[in-house]
Amino acid sequence: MSTLSERILGAPAGSFVDRAVNRAFVHDGTGVLTLEAWRRMERERLACPERLSMLFDHITPANNSTTAALQAELRTFAAEQGLHFSDIGGGICHQLMSEGIVCPGEVVVGADSHSCTLGAFGAFATGVGATDMAAIWASGSTWFRVPETIAIHLEGQLRGAAEAKDIALDYVRRLGMDGGTYQALEFLGEGAGSLSMENRLTITNMAVETGAKTGLFYADAVTAYYLGEYGIRTLPQAVGEGRYARELTLDLDDLVPIIAAPHRVDKGAPVTEFEGVEIDQVFVGTCTNGRYEDLARFAGIVAGKKVAVRTIVVPASRSVLLKAAETGVLSTLIEAGCTVGPPGCGPCLGAHMGVLGEGEVGLSTANRNFRNRMGVGAEYYLCSPSTAAASALRGAIASPEGLA
Amino acid sequence: MTLQGNAVCLGADIDTDVIIAGRYLRTKDRRIWADHVFEDLDPALAARMKGAVIIAGPNFGCGSSREQAPVALKEAGVVGVIAPSFARIFFRNAINVGLPLMECAEVRCRDAAPVSFSPEGGWVEVGGVRHTATPLSARMLDILRHGGLVEYWRRQQ
Repeated sequence: MSTLSERILGAPAGSFVDRAVNRAFVHDGTGVLTLEAWRRMERERLACPERLSMLFDHITPANNSTTAALQAELRTFAAEQGLHFSDIGGGICHQLMSEGIVCPGEVVVGADSHSCTLGAFGAFATGVGATDMAAIWASGSTWFRVPETIAIHLEGQLRGAAEAKDIALDYVRRLGMDGGTYQALEFLGEGAGSLSMENRLTITNMAVETGAKTGLFYADAVTAYYLGEYGIRTLPQAVGEGRYARELTLDLDDLVPIIAAPHRVDKGAPVTEFEGVEIDQVFVGTCTNGRYEDLARFAGIVAGKKVAVRTIVVPASRSVLLKAAETGVLSTLIEAGCTVGPPGCGPCLGAHMGVLGEGEVGLSTANRNFRNRMGVGAEYYLCSPSTAAASALRGAIASPEGLA
Repeated sequence: MTLQGNAVCLGADIDTDVIIAGRYLRTKDRRIWADHVFEDLDPALAARMKGAVIIAGPNFGCGSSREQAPVALKEAGVVGVIAPSFARIFFRNAINVGLPLMECAEVRCRDAAPVSFSPEGGWVEVGGVRHTATPLSARMLDILRHGGLVEYWRRQQ
């Protein structure tokens, strides 16, 4: 048997293959250089506009006139070429791709490093840069080196306050920031089957933080039910015994809430080790943890109370925001004193809407805490929505045990 | 091709945010990226990039897919990057924008030492000591010879 990546790409690990892509997307950041490279290639029409998307999420709405002008150019191009376009407020590219577009078995390429997120559907999904994407615009295909695979067996069930983000922070700390370089991660075992689609997206999102090309879950009944809500019928993917470069087992029964300390994503340790560290700001959102379940969990903990530090909540997409409005989660957040931003990446990449100042300490549900990324001279800790909620109430890092 | 320059030594896990920070991305002016390269790591580094061969630790270029990172290095005058391993998106981006790079597990960096390397020969020489490196594939070499994927692609069509 083969690994899922080998099956989807149709060749054994180590081979170089050229493959047509089922879906390719850019955002307002990477779209700029993609368009520039595309123009230098002197093509008139996109090879396959029906398979291409342009989704504005990184600096939305535009923070200044330079950004606005760059976005206007992309907007015009999208209208001329007739590709799938989502303007400001639509949401994060990976989230929109997960809302009834990407299907199991597909080859998906995004001009963003967290494109590995879509592997949660049993698709081969990975990130590329702008010039690679321009060549995909021109030809509809690209080259891949079929990756070796690291199997991550998820045993048992999540208990207590631990959640999907803690699984992600746990495997990143075990593998390290280059432990998955050039390889794919496959999530297997009964624990994998027990996770919701939203949970799976949180877990595959962070595969790139180990250097991995993608992270995959096998499509199963959970996948079929989720996509069924969008009117898409899918079949489960048979789990076989692939040849794995390395195997790792995480026991979910014993997992506790984890925090990654500044300035490395693999610097994870139990939240209790950081208990009491004072924080200036909490940020809940991003392609890691900006989904409805995340907001609802956060709201469940802060409901009827007031946050003790400034707290920014950014829904991952318009549908997430709408659902939060319909179910009352949104009013709970507002009543608790949270500031709710428009759907998109928010302050994650350090461009706007909540960037920290020199010497400030932030707690974030994002996926990267690199030095200076979310504010020059600031420190950022990464955690789950539940840990963010417990800490927001206290004004210092706090364990969500007993609250979630 | 044999390339030459002077060594600039960097550590492990150099991420694309420190190569070029997010706050400088919203422009098409490549000089801005070159001027601010490595600013958050060491503001003095930008001035040392002309003719530099960066010799770094493992996982160079990890993090975001921003192509401005290899473009900034190239625009600043970097001749090439040598590291035991690279983040895969950075690796592809570098080749695509015509910035030579090579994987070399055993190289020891000596700051400012003369460096030469051969992407097709599979070696790196630092201060006269030669190390084996992984040669680039025929397609990657071809893309580099054209100065990047855009020119390579135009030639192929």
